[in-house]
Amino acid sequence: MNGRRILTIYAKELRDMLRDRRTLVSMIVIPTLLMPLIVGVVVFISVKVIRQARAEAPVVMVIGGDDSPGLRAALGAHGRLRVMPAAEDWRTRVAAKTVRAAVEIPSGFDGALARGEPATVKIHHYEGELRSGFAVAELQRFLGDYRERVVSARLAERGLPATFVKPFSVQTANVAPPEKVGGNVVGGIIPYMFLLLCFTGAMYPAMDLTAGEKERGTMETILCSPVSRLDLVLGKFLMVLTASLGTVVCSLLSMVGTVTLGGPLVLSMAGAARAGASAAALPTLDPLGLAAVLVLVLPMAVFFSALLLSIALFAKSFKEAQSYLSPLVIVIILPAVAGVLPGVELNAKLALVPILNVSLASKELVSGVWHWPHLALIFGSTSLYAAGALALAVRMFNREDVLFRT
Amino acid sequence: MIVARQLSKTFRDRKRGAIEAVAGVSFCVQPGQIYGLLGANGAGKTTTLRLLATLLQPTGGTAEVAGFDVTREPAEVRARVGFLAASTALYGRLTARETLAYFGRLNGMSDADIAARTQALAHDLDMHAFLDRRCDKFSTGMKQKTSIARTLIHDPPVMIFDEPTLGLDVMAARTIVQFVRECRARGKTVIYSTHIMSEVEKLCDVIGIIHGGRLLAEGTLEALRASYREHDLEEIFVQAVGLPPAGVAGNP
Ligand SMILES: Nc1ncnc2c1ncn2[C@@H]1O[C@H](COP(=O)(O)OP(=O)(O)O)[C@@H](O)[C@H]1O
Ligand SMILES: [Mg+2]
Repeated sequence: MNGRRILTIYAKELRDMLRDRRTLVSMIVIPTLLMPLIVGVVVFISVKVIRQARAEAPVVMVIGGDDSPGLRAALGAHGRLRVMPAAEDWRTRVAAKTVRAAVEIPSGFDGALARGEPATVKIHHYEGELRSGFAVAELQRFLGDYRERVVSARLAERGLPATFVKPFSVQTANVAPPEKVGGNVVGGIIPYMFLLLCFTGAMYPAMDLTAGEKERGTMETILCSPVSRLDLVLGKFLMVLTASLGTVVCSLLSMVGTVTLGGPLVLSMAGAARAGASAAALPTLDPLGLAAVLVLVLPMAVFFSALLLSIALFAKSFKEAQSYLSPLVIVIILPAVAGVLPGVELNAKLALVPILNVSLASKELVSGVWHWPHLALIFGSTSLYAAGALALAVRMFNREDVLFRT
Repeated sequence: MIVARQLSKTFRDRKRGAIEAVAGVSFCVQPGQIYGLLGANGAGKTTTLRLLATLLQPTGGTAEVAGFDVTREPAEVRARVGFLAASTALYGRLTARETLAYFGRLNGMSDADIAARTQALAHDLDMHAFLDRRCDKFSTGMKQKTSIARTLIHDPPVMIFDEPTLGLDVMAARTIVQFVRECRARGKTVIYSTHIMSEVEKLCDVIGIIHGGRLLAEGTLEALRASYREHDLEEIFVQAVGLPPAGVAGNP
């Protein structure tokens, strides 16, 4: 091993790659734009949906109840519903979605209430249709309130306290720290994105530096220089690793930028849409945990870089290399997705499963849970796999049937 | 100096089984001499030269290049060899100067040496006009000059050429032939493979006729003419490899 030669190769590959527009796009542009793009689209859509839903008070039709002006007046006064005059074809109108739901008031409803007799109000809706569901929910809320008011009036009449019909209430309280709340939703996605970017960032240079060189005929040129094959692999490996980590760093910087610059914007927009509660609902990530995720991603990047290099070297052309590596993206996505699934928890056995282990640990780390034995196990095993992959790459570069495949 | 002793290479191919690409080839090339390896496609020329350049490991026999054994000290061998083939391309995204600097560094040269050597080579090969332009924008002739400069950057005592004129036009091919002669004039040991009879006749001091991985005839052009009692190299070649004489082929 000759450090100077490894550096020479690394420096040359770096310069070579930085002059390649495709690398710049895959290493810098895509990861930088990805995060703000995802956040932007999500915010845009949710704000739009919320605004629209609020703007559109569900149109409902009241059927019958001509002899019950009390309920009818209350319905008409309810701001969150637009009551249409009754029409004969109300069923077809609900089906045609021009009317979201219809409330059927039985005859003599007001009278029955006054006498304390049972009565049933019927809601007709279109099962499975989202906005019809909104209308039903709003109607139920309104009718529930109306019923409570009737109950209160009756209790007051008889001089009974409200606790007479509601002897106790039930409350839920959250003990998880705010990070944990964010952790489960976002915590699964962020490390997953890092894993994916760390893989895709290594993919293009791994192909270009191996199969691409064979195809362009520069592989033989470099092999007949005095550089040893070990130095050659290590130089190339360092380049692929740089691209992989560069991709992760770009996406991380972009994420931090998105949160610090875009965060207040998102809050103000969300605040405009739904005042108050939004700030608490926005997930917060433990920055220390995020840093730890990056530490775990490091051996992962080594593993991916060396593995991709080994496989791509086998191919004779860039196209062939692509056909080997593209399906691997699925292999990367599967365990990462499994890590996002609820209910899959990290244990000593899963800590040995590559990719899945990092994905699961990341979920815990960003939500502020530090389980040191597992983390050590994951870092250790991933480093071991990384070393194995690197050894494989060195072996492949020493196999002339791979280098000079016909 | 190059000495090959019973040099052999058998490829294991899944479809074709064992292929004896080179089978017990022995020869010797002295400094200041051009050895021409003449053979048809698939004769084993490229494999032989790749064995000498230590790109491949022999499966039998060995060779000594510039005093070093190809199996035991491959890096030492490569440090003393300039290898130019139709299949050795340039890095398209590097300039000619960067290419020379890269291979100079890989050969352990200092930056000052590289700069001086680049200057000298650029002068000899008339490369100044395009020294700082990227190789992917080069014409064939510019690429060729840069490739030649690349093989010469460390001034190796041994030069290996594998069909260097393949796919080149007449003018470009002449440049190469001229350059090979210059190598000989400077006392380098040169081995040159081709399937073109006229190139061998013009260029080579010793001719080895290779076919089916075996060296079937060897000698100076005069010696070959004398032993085959034939003036035309093509006729000598056909007799040596044991093909039916021209005109009879395909005529039962
Ligand atoms: N890497 C390889 N694997 C398998 N067979 C090979 C390989 N390289 C060359 N061969 C075979 O070895 C024989 C000699 O090839 P080669 O040395 O390229 O001949 P030439 O250069 O004279 O055309 C051919 O039959 C060729 O198919
Ligand atoms: Mg050949």
